[in-house]
Amino acid sequence: MSEFLRSYLTVAIFGLLAVALVTALLGISSLLRPTRPQAQKYINYESGVDPVGTGWGQSNIRYYIFALLFVMFDVEAVFIFPWATRLEAYGVFGLVEMAIFIFILLLGLLYAWRKGVLRWI
Amino acid sequence: MLTPLAIELAYWQETIIKGVIGLVAVLLPTGALVYLFLFKMMSFMQSRLGPMETGPYGQLQLLAEFGKFLQKEDIFPAKADRFVFAAAPFVVLVSTFMLVLVLPGGPDATFIDINTGIYFALAVSSVSVIGILMAGWGSASKYSLLGGLRAAGQLIAYELPLVLSVVGVVIMAESLNLSDIVHKQNEFGMWFILPQFIGFFLFLVSVQAELTQPPFDMPQAESELVTGFLTEYSGIRFLLFFIAEFATAAIFSAIGATLFLGGWTIPFVDANAEFMNYIGPLVLAAKMILIAFLIFWFRITYPRFREDQLQRLAWKFMIPLALANIVITAILKVAL
Repeated sequence: MSEFLRSYLTVAIFGLLAVALVTALLGISSLLRPTRPQAQKYINYESGVDPVGTGWGQSNIRYYIFALLFVMFDVEAVFIFPWATRLEAYGVFGLVEMAIFIFILLLGLLYAWRKGVLRWI
Repeated sequence: MLTPLAIELAYWQETIIKGVIGLVAVLLPTGALVYLFLFKMMSFMQSRLGPMETGPYGQLQLLAEFGKFLQKEDIFPAKADRFVFAAAPFVVLVSTFMLVLVLPGGPDATFIDINTGIYFALAVSSVSVIGILMAGWGSASKYSLLGGLRAAGQLIAYELPLVLSVVGVVIMAESLNLSDIVHKQNEFGMWFILPQFIGFFLFLVSVQAELTQPPFDMPQAESELVTGFLTEYSGIRFLLFFIAEFATAAIFSAIGATLFLGGWTIPFVDANAEFMNYIGPLVLAAKMILIAFLIFWFRITYPRFREDQLQRLAWKFMIPLALANIVITAILKVAL
């Protein structure tokens, strides 16, 4: 196996190591802890009163819009990274190209701003 | 690759050694940060002594806490989505463990030497958002759900300035590999904190928000949400989230030290010398403590933001500033 692939094998092994650590801690804990079931213990906490309705209530649409904005900007950040490593080679040409790209990016942010999407009401 | 020893190690032997070092590299700084800053510095800043009874100056308090958490009853809420509820701590800790891999501790002392180092770190660190959302959703509690959503909204908002603040460093170093970035700072004769101070500022603030530490702790705002997505977690499962949070704080401090403070190098000392493999990790740890000190100082000093202020700061101030930083750095890079 090449050095490159081996590096990623190490990554996978470290992931398994984390799973093993969590499992081990849960295992040790299950040997030490008491278990005294009472029905009241398993009610969701709602500041001391009995919970009303279900815990999975509706939530605000604002989070959804911010998530959309994030996807847009994050995908564009992906394009900036390879350019950043090769800037010396591209010189002024690369600089102008990226300036235009970032300008369009800012225009999108400005549009969202003017539309009032960024305002948290 | 791992050790500068003259012995040839097989891949599996090397990996076992790396695994042990990795465990130490995750858990030891975590304990050090919690004891030094959360127990002692916070106490001193609030005119109290903090833990004093267990061991000299309360040094064994962490072990006592660990023992306490181990003995707590394991409570699953009756209405919870049991699988998602149980899987959430796994996801968060796996993300933390993969994050530590990219840190270089010396010229040869690296876990893995991949070309996309810093990009890999940023990608893996954002996996923990999924774990937090799972915790919030799986608990089937109103506080947890709100806390999880707030955490997700906050983490994705500050992910962007974090990613963009690193681009300035990448432009200067012309590489995504963290070892290369360290060597470049040594060649440059200057740590990147000097030319990239805007980037450093953005990085620090974003990391604070990514860790959901005060003043960015809206997801866990005690006065409104009890403890947010952690409300229904108790005992060892709570402790796992706690470890993940502070381990991530330690690793992000170390990444900040690598990017902006020259990593494991010491000024005026040959960076490729053999002995740097041994003292490099200690130098990196010292710089990590320095950045962690700043993070915890902000944590203790500032009051909490409101949700709208928090989003406004990210979208209307940090992201435009980060883009401006990229453009200025690029212009200077080409012009000079």
